[in-house]
Amino acid sequence: MMLAAVISGFLVGGVAPWVIRYLGDSRGSLALAALPALLFVYFASFVSSVAGGETARMVTPWAPGLDLMLSFYVDGLSLSFALLISGIGTFIVIYAGSYLHDHPQLGRFYIYLLGFMASMLGLVLADNIITLFVFWELTSLTSFLLIGFNHEQEKSRKLAVQAMLVTVAGGLAMLAGLIMMAVVTGTFELSEMMAEPDVLKAHAHYTIITILILVGAFSKSAQAPLHFWLPNAMEAPTPVSAYLHSSTMVKAGVYLMARMHPGLGGTDFWIITLSLFGGVTMFLGVFLAIQQTEIKKVLAYSTVMALGTLTMLIGIGTDGALIAASVFLLAHAFYKAALFLIAGIIDHEAGTKDITKMGGLRHSMPITAAAATVAGFSLAGIPPFFGFLAKEMLLEATLDADLLALVLTLLAVGAGALVVAVAGIVVIRPFYGAKVETPKKPHEAPMAMLVGPLVLGLFGIGFGLMPGLAERTLVGATAAAMAGEPVDVTLYLWHGFNLALLLSVIAVAAGIFLFLNWNRVRARLEGVKAFSESYGPEAGYWRGLDLLNWVAFWQTRILQNGYMRYYLITIVMTMVVLTLYAMVTRATPQLATTLTGVQIYELAIALIIVLAAVFLGWTHSRLAAVASLGIVGFGVALVYVLFSAPDLGITQVLVETLTVLLLVLVLFRLPEFLDLSSNAVRLRDLGIGLLVGGTMTLLLLMIGDVQYFEPISWYFVENSYPIAQGRNIVNVILVDFRALDTLGEIYVLALAGIGVYAMIKLRSEDQSKGGPR
Amino acid sequence: MEPLMAFVVGGLYAAAIYLLLRRSLAKLIIGLILLSNGANLLIFTAAGLSRGAPPLIPEGLQTPDAVVADPLPQALVLTAIVISFGVLAFAVVLIHRAYEVVKSDDLDMMKDTDR
Repeated sequence: MMLAAVISGFLVGGVAPWVIRYLGDSRGSLALAALPALLFVYFASFVSSVAGGETARMVTPWAPGLDLMLSFYVDGLSLSFALLISGIGTFIVIYAGSYLHDHPQLGRFYIYLLGFMASMLGLVLADNIITLFVFWELTSLTSFLLIGFNHEQEKSRKLAVQAMLVTVAGGLAMLAGLIMMAVVTGTFELSEMMAEPDVLKAHAHYTIITILILVGAFSKSAQAPLHFWLPNAMEAPTPVSAYLHSSTMVKAGVYLMARMHPGLGGTDFWIITLSLFGGVTMFLGVFLAIQQTEIKKVLAYSTVMALGTLTMLIGIGTDGALIAASVFLLAHAFYKAALFLIAGIIDHEAGTKDITKMGGLRHSMPITAAAATVAGFSLAGIPPFFGFLAKEMLLEATLDADLLALVLTLLAVGAGALVVAVAGIVVIRPFYGAKVETPKKPHEAPMAMLVGPLVLGLFGIGFGLMPGLAERTLVGATAAAMAGEPVDVTLYLWHGFNLALLLSVIAVAAGIFLFLNWNRVRARLEGVKAFSESYGPEAGYWRGLDLLNWVAFWQTRILQNGYMRYYLITIVMTMVVLTLYAMVTRATPQLATTLTGVQIYELAIALIIVLAAVFLGWTHSRLAAVASLGIVGFGVALVYVLFSAPDLGITQVLVETLTVLLLVLVLFRLPEFLDLSSNAVRLRDLGIGLLVGGTMTLLLLMIGDVQYFEPISWYFVENSYPIAQGRNIVNVILVDFRALDTLGEIYVLALAGIGVYAMIKLRSEDQSKGGPR
Repeated sequence: MEPLMAFVVGGLYAAAIYLLLRRSLAKLIIGLILLSNGANLLIFTAAGLSRGAPPLIPEGLQTPDAVVADPLPQALVLTAIVISFGVLAFAVVLIHRAYEVVKSDDLDMMKDTDR
């Protein structure tokens, strides 16, 4: 059942284009939204048992011999994520039907979107680490497809590749870390790993494992300095930004850290690394946000801030911090998805994304303005919204942190002030104040686009006013899953007059001041923006990419030079060096040199073969070349016959005759042999030839006595007649003992025959048409 | 006898490599043929040579009554002879075809697609 729930997105996505074609854009998207809605109901059915402290695990064998299981695990953490993914997914699917109305590729969009939803569900529910990794990479892949949805624009393609490279590179580091965890703990199941928290922490490789896992998590969740791909991912259509790049996929890294917290967290290394990276990302994200004027970019940078906050809280790791993380996770998903959807509405209905070109939109779109206000207040952390609760708990958590409490609190207050300004920028500025002329005459959005922001806004108010509801359903179980043990949770909206409230008031006041002076602040920060654009981590990414391309071109020029002889020289010289090296190091040089018992006619045959071969290199005559080739071939046939291999002799004679005939037919259609090389080049090639020939001679002289393994030939000699009823042992080997090899050989010959036939046929057709001459 | 054959094999390899390094297509083919002959002889000789003892089982016996030549390398070489003939036939026609299209049998004139 769980497996079906997870992969249903792929299946339904596969038929989405037909659904859209037959039902139309609006009704089709409503029909498709039934899937995430049903999934939401299915996951909601777990809430009461999970809130009661139970967990569920469902296993479908995939490749049991390799410990590969499609195992899924439902606890508070995975359930919270699953509900967010399916719940917000429902609104996104409905919204996209309006936002991309009449887009010719809407059907394809739904394939990607539902595919993403399935991957994300698989990722958060997976218990087996390989399953986790597969779904993790699938989210990167679908994200790539969605960012590059407008693939006709070069910018989209480049930025899609950027997001993909950053997240996939991190994913590979994570894979290494996951496999090391499996080796250390002896299990592939996360639930079993986390059940014994001390095994990993006590292991000698703890630090390297943690670093590898964190590289994966940080790249996916856009922690500084890998944060740059996330604002760039805003190239995607707005529903994608709202879904993947604010509320779900970018939180995969946070999810991973939360999931690993019982097994890896709590050490000084973990606390300091996560707190610092998270704290800096939190401040940097929102600091960069107020420098932007494009509404989606402002929101994207404030998402970076949210991801930093979550990372920091997981790093602090106290019960209070984990509860704060659970609350913040939900609160952020509600208001940020809503704000992105509202940004899309503004773009759709007013025709601009530039905040400086909007104002007074509340007159023409009152419902949107109401939803935006609710979400904005929650973002700013104003009571009584859920965001206020999250912010108070965040400040309390930083004040109570075991390590770095002062630094983290200062960062949190600074970020808190800036985020108030961000809320003003994205809500007050566009919707309130004097009316500003927009490219399109603005009007209210259709219901399909409004339902998402409205419902999410209601959740923001509802959970804020009734925090007990959140506490009883998800928050407690989520925090418990992160802590690895039950956690006491009691949520209050009003925490009384305390230090956190005071800091919060200061932050709000400072934020309002910043917002009122936004234009001046931005002008002041121009220099910072320019500096980060030319020297920031993103500039490093582009330079790294250029360098990679340069190396690729350079090595292609050297290695793929197009001259057949240089390829050949590389190959044979490698062989010579390796062979000689093996001879010197492996075997004691014991050359067999006795020539006793050699008959005079045998010597003559050997001489003739060698002379004919030498003559072949010499001659300019095509006829003489074919004739000497025949001499070599028949000479070799004689060797076979003389030394007890009659079958080989017969075959060689037959093949040699055909070869000579074939060559006579073809060679004489080619021009005379040309002298194309200088004497120096000939001398070099002669040297290489002699070196190779000498090596082979030496090899044969040396291997006479060397025997690494028992021969297996006696088996064929003993069993040829008793088992296979054949008296010619060579033939029995070919057609009986090794019959499959011979079958393969027949295929090769047949293919060669077809190839020859095709080329001859092609030529005659060319000629009949006049051909490409 | 093996030491003598070692020099024959060496000679075949040397001539083959020299021809393979020429720019002419036709010489490439000839070098290929020499190379397969050399490789076959290498395998054949490496197993040890014996005179007048073909791997056959006389009428009325279950196994050979005397020591016979090793049948396994012979089977391998037999396969190799046939395969190399298939490759050769294909290569010859391919080269002929290439010559028709490119109007040259100089390999250096055919390297554009590698760039």
